[in-house]
Amino acid sequence: MTYRIVHYINQFYAGIGGEDMADHKPELREGFVGPGMQIEKLFEGEGKIVGTVICGDGYYGEHTDQARMECLEMIKGLQPDILFAGPAFNAGRYGFACGDIAATVGEELKIPTVTAMYPENPGVELYSKKTYIATTSDSARGMAKAIPAMAGIGKKLLNGEKMGPARLEGYIHRGIRKSFFHEKSGAERAVEMLLTKLKGESFRTEYEMPVFNKIPPAAPVKDLKTATIALVSSGGIVPKGNPDHIRVSSAESFGAYDISELKNMTPENYESIHGGYDREWANVDPDVVLPLDVMRELEAEGVIGKIHPIFYTTTGTGTAVANSEKFGQEIGEELKKAGVDAAILTST
Amino acid sequence: MTREIERVAGIPVVQIATIVPIMLTVGTNRIVPGVAIPHPTGNPALGPEGDKAVRRELLLRSLKAMTTAVTEQTIFEK
Repeated sequence: MTYRIVHYINQFYAGIGGEDMADHKPELREGFVGPGMQIEKLFEGEGKIVGTVICGDGYYGEHTDQARMECLEMIKGLQPDILFAGPAFNAGRYGFACGDIAATVGEELKIPTVTAMYPENPGVELYSKKTYIATTSDSARGMAKAIPAMAGIGKKLLNGEKMGPARLEGYIHRGIRKSFFHEKSGAERAVEMLLTKLKGESFRTEYEMPVFNKIPPAAPVKDLKTATIALVSSGGIVPKGNPDHIRVSSAESFGAYDISELKNMTPENYESIHGGYDREWANVDPDVVLPLDVMRELEAEGVIGKIHPIFYTTTGTGTAVANSEKFGQEIGEELKKAGVDAAILTST
Repeated sequence: MTREIERVAGIPVVQIATIVPIMLTVGTNRIVPGVAIPHPTGNPALGPEGDKAVRRELLLRSLKAMTTAVTEQTIFEK
């Protein structure tokens, strides 16, 4: 059988024009255009480019919903077995368009999609988990390598061959970890890695840690006596019965509860639902995780102005970094609106 | 969560937790080391009064942290 291939490219690679033609609306042409010729050649008769969808990078970036819909319709009509997009190298808007259409087509048409970019292309961060992105150099000078890399991954996907690790197959890590039996135990591998590290030699981790952003510290509170301080926790402290069904781990939500009438956390009114630590002490006295009792005393003594009436809480175990950041942003917005001066956040 | 609240609200957020390296990694700017993972703001082993005294000391230190100008991630030790 001959695979039906659709290729997505921008106005530049279609020979329509450069930046002056970046608002070019989606257009469908039969067969290959530009770099597609080489893709088809690499399929050696096993695949044919049935159509090329061309869209200006500016148009895709500025009218994304419209462009996505139009391109998807064109691609759908061609009944493809696979979509290739790009390569986009380090062109940011082209990378965004390639990643976006590849991710959309993959999701909507349930077919494999492959694009290609330089690892620092902003399209990588946005779409590397939703499509295969072959690694390329930063400019079109790398075309001769980029096309075979893209085509090779595409062929593997079409033939249902097992996909190896990103660094060996030449695509950008999709955040997927596969289980397999290793001839050496984890303990042996860890010690070997440590010895290599101690020797100052290069080693490769088996579990890459996410990279977190850092921000400049906020200015300090000027006057505690008039300050409103909010209490926040990721220690899973919730009103008894967990009314909002916050998950015990891998939380996807946070709760906001009125504590304005509450002097003290007791096992009668609050509890811990956190699935990542021994809740024995927290359930005898939730103040060991969320220190409301002493905060009320400090408030009564006039050390602080007042405690913000709303307390925010979630479970911080196995919780996705993206979710934690989202909770923080939403809570931050609310505290800002409420004119809160500072927050104490407790974590277990 | 700490970092994003601080960034979005533009207010100091003091985090009390036990594993300091994690707070440093996730970008907490004002760090107060807690007592233990299951009871960061208290020590039940010390009895009700001792437990509360520990909590008070931690909170006073947190208040000091939020009123202190810092230019980088700072750990407020006892």
